[in-house]
Amino acid sequence: MKSEITKVTSHINPNEALIFERSQPGRIGYRLPPLDVDEQVLETLIPKAFLRDDDLEGVPEVSEVDIIRHFVRMSTWNYSIDQGMYPLGSCTMKYNSRLNEKVARIPGFAGLHPLTDAEDAQGALEVIYELQQHLAEITGLPGISLQPAAGAHGEMTGVMIIRAFIDARDGEAGSAKRRTMLIPDSAHGTNPASAHLSGFSVKTIRSTSEGLTDLDHLRELCSHGEVAGLMLTNPNTLGLFEKNIQEICRIVHDAGGLVYMDGANMNALVGVARPGDMGVDVIHLNLHKTFSTPHGGGGPGCGPCCCTRELEPFLPVPRIVLNRVESAGSTAASTGTRHPAPDTQHPRLRLDFNQPQSIGRVKAFFGNYGMMLRALAYIQTHGNDGLREATEAAVLNARYIAHGLTSDYDKPYNNPPMHEVVFTDKRQTRKGVHTLDIAKRLIDYGFHPMTIYFPLIVQGAMLIEPTESVGRQELDQFIEAMCSIAREAVDDPELVLSAPHTTRIGRLDEAAAARKPVLRWKPKARADAA
Amino acid sequence: MRYIPNSPEERAEMLQHVGLNSADDLFDSIPQELRLTRNLNTPAALSEIELLAGFDKLAQQNRAAKCTSFLGAGAYQHYIPTVVDHIISRSEFFTAYTPYQPEISQGTLQAIFEFQTLVCQLTGLEVANASMYDGSTALAEAVLMAERVTKRSKVIACGAIHPEYLDVVTTYVQHAGIELVRAEFDTASGQTSDVADLIDGNTAALVVQSPNFFGCIEDVTALAERAHAAGALLIVAVTEAISLGLLKSPGACGADIVVAEGQSFGVPLSFGGPYVGLFATREKYARQIPGRLVGEAYDKQGRRGFVLTLATREQHIRREKATSNICTNEGLIALAATVYLETMGRRGLQEVAQQCAQKTAYAAKQIAALDGFSVPFSAPRFNEFVVRAPKPAKELLAHLASEKNITGGLPLSRYFKDRSNDFLICVTEMNSRADIDALVAGLASAANDN
Repeated sequence: MKSEITKVTSHINPNEALIFERSQPGRIGYRLPPLDVDEQVLETLIPKAFLRDDDLEGVPEVSEVDIIRHFVRMSTWNYSIDQGMYPLGSCTMKYNSRLNEKVARIPGFAGLHPLTDAEDAQGALEVIYELQQHLAEITGLPGISLQPAAGAHGEMTGVMIIRAFIDARDGEAGSAKRRTMLIPDSAHGTNPASAHLSGFSVKTIRSTSEGLTDLDHLRELCSHGEVAGLMLTNPNTLGLFEKNIQEICRIVHDAGGLVYMDGANMNALVGVARPGDMGVDVIHLNLHKTFSTPHGGGGPGCGPCCCTRELEPFLPVPRIVLNRVESAGSTAASTGTRHPAPDTQHPRLRLDFNQPQSIGRVKAFFGNYGMMLRALAYIQTHGNDGLREATEAAVLNARYIAHGLTSDYDKPYNNPPMHEVVFTDKRQTRKGVHTLDIAKRLIDYGFHPMTIYFPLIVQGAMLIEPTESVGRQELDQFIEAMCSIAREAVDDPELVLSAPHTTRIGRLDEAAAARKPVLRWKPKARADAA
Repeated sequence: MRYIPNSPEERAEMLQHVGLNSADDLFDSIPQELRLTRNLNTPAALSEIELLAGFDKLAQQNRAAKCTSFLGAGAYQHYIPTVVDHIISRSEFFTAYTPYQPEISQGTLQAIFEFQTLVCQLTGLEVANASMYDGSTALAEAVLMAERVTKRSKVIACGAIHPEYLDVVTTYVQHAGIELVRAEFDTASGQTSDVADLIDGNTAALVVQSPNFFGCIEDVTALAERAHAAGALLIVAVTEAISLGLLKSPGACGADIVVAEGQSFGVPLSFGGPYVGLFATREKYARQIPGRLVGEAYDKQGRRGFVLTLATREQHIRREKATSNICTNEGLIALAATVYLETMGRRGLQEVAQQCAQKTAYAAKQIAALDGFSVPFSAPRFNEFVVRAPKPAKELLAHLASEKNITGGLPLSRYFKDRSNDFLICVTEMNSRADIDALVAGLASAANDN
């Protein structure tokens, strides 16, 4: 009893070879102006021993037409947000506005060199400064660095700030005793990996049967006096708001630790609640999630780090700050306790490298600047009411899906979800159908699957995040598709187990790929000889 | 809000459908005292017309973007074929995410496989990953990897490495128990001085940038021999990746890990990012590499495809024992680099690199002949070189910018307080002979003006 599939993509270009296999000697895809200086014998400029002797063998030779067809054909094998709902939980796959792309390509920004004298790049610095102001308002945390290039990079920055703060507060001996970072068992893998980079060992906090941080376990872990901090995602990766967040922060603070919030799920909070008001000390944001900068097939991202005034001196350098006239006896501008008059002699903004407590630089130049332009355009396009509206729409869409799937799928937690909702394959496994199979079958219905097998604490997890960018009809189609798969799992499990059926290729043997990895193309002859 | 498909009426119906009365009820799990009762203090919504006008106005203030530029030092102005931006602007590429579901991500996966192959070809190494954030963080990850591979804790940073790269490495290793030792550079040649005294049995890696920060090409082969003799790895960093089209590949010189900034491959300057870090190493270290890897795989019908592979190195599986914390990388920029490299192709990469070297030689010769100016480092160069001016470089270049609309290079005083008269010039295929002549004339007149 195969149900009718209404939303399927077909693949018109099934066989586009690797560019190396298409390459033909003598094909050309470019033209440069002729060299307009007298050509010297190369070896008189650079000794022969320093020059390539392989004539770039193997690098492709193709025409411009070949290039366009190659990539356009390959592109048709991708699913993308622009084609439809892309409900990867914790990834916030929302619409990427064309306007933001246009802004990022304005020549005055796109052509600007990062080592330009600050005086000649005031417009670019103004974008950074204004975005910092907005993110401070949105998070309730006034100290901002836009330097981190992605979420995990922002995490590393935030955790290093915690480490630096404790080192400064407790001194070397005292700090050496605080080397434990607490992380819930539901956290993203980047959290423990980032903690490790900052020299912390990780202790895992249990979640309750409600799907929230276990306060008793947290108290117990905090009672040993070695806790440097807690890394908490809120709403957590089950899509649930940690309603005890204030108590959680109190427990950690009383134990002498700091609270880091993973802001991956800020799309549930913008304009509704602010981490700074909850007692959180430091957070990272993902501009490529919450603020809609494109995911680009895996990046680039931008992972701003936002912190309290107390932690601000530890942020990466350079800081982008207002030029102010120093009044006699004024304290350091970074304490923010005084607001000297604006300096009219100098440009409005400057780079401040003089931050002796800073953790240092985490990336060359200023970070992923192009993403900052897009995020600022997002904030300006939405306006303050639009930002809240987007949050409401995102949470409502998740709630709608939660409501629509409850009759066919096991929902392990009763608490109402925020922007994402987790289900499991518990009911389907009776017939041998697992989360992976459901995900693959969903492809046949024309949807990108949800995040699967994450969070790790939920067996057979399916984490669904629709975002605000999906209309009701498509939500209904998705719910219908999922319910149809649930029926298929009972009536015709083989159909689900062998999915997808409509893609250019079937399930790939990933185990074989990892056993004997082939990670690059090699010319035939050499591959055979090897 | 035009990006939200559901109208307010539809949303009201949906609320009712899920049993709620108002949008506020969606947030019942947030304690009342934590909920904002006011609007955010961010600007009201702008139309497209207003928004573009605002950004255009800001862009106008970036005066330097309108100048002829000889600024390099880790970010380079190169020709970008039109097709690059067209391809990366396709919805299917820029609005997809990490290819977790290979059946519907083959476009991204095959492109990454091609990227990995190109990076191997250019660096002369056997395995390359799917990208790092940029050259500086790639270098930091290389240093951490060398410590894992050798189980040694001392790392020697040779000669003239980009100061911002060194800063980033310093930040990354500060809690990793790694001792970072700086080796001097020879002030006559501009290359790394002898490092024999610094290398010992606890040295994990020797790190060298070539061409180095001053534009000098290092003797990578000799340094590799030095490192290997002590059982250490050689890490080579390349900030100007176009040099790989002309210079002997670091892998062929004996490097064990090569990292590079890929911005020169079709990526706009964009005030410092997003760029893309290249990371390559020897096959025997493949399981120690940070970041994502794409490998070949086959389905039941024997059809070839590509998948993310060797993921047991990564944070989502290995957590605190992962080779790196990186998750999101620079996917779309790696795609731009791939399109660039394939469009320019074998001959184009050679020609661009040749033009850079020839024009640089021309510029260096003209400037060295100017009264009061000299080119202090004697080592062979690719497309950057240091110039010593008869007066403070910052002042000289400011004059050149305001009088002639030329950004004449980077005053080295930005990083080296004792080099106030020195500045770093970069010449690429984008600088015509007329540009170079104008620079030379401008420098002469700026030096004489007072």
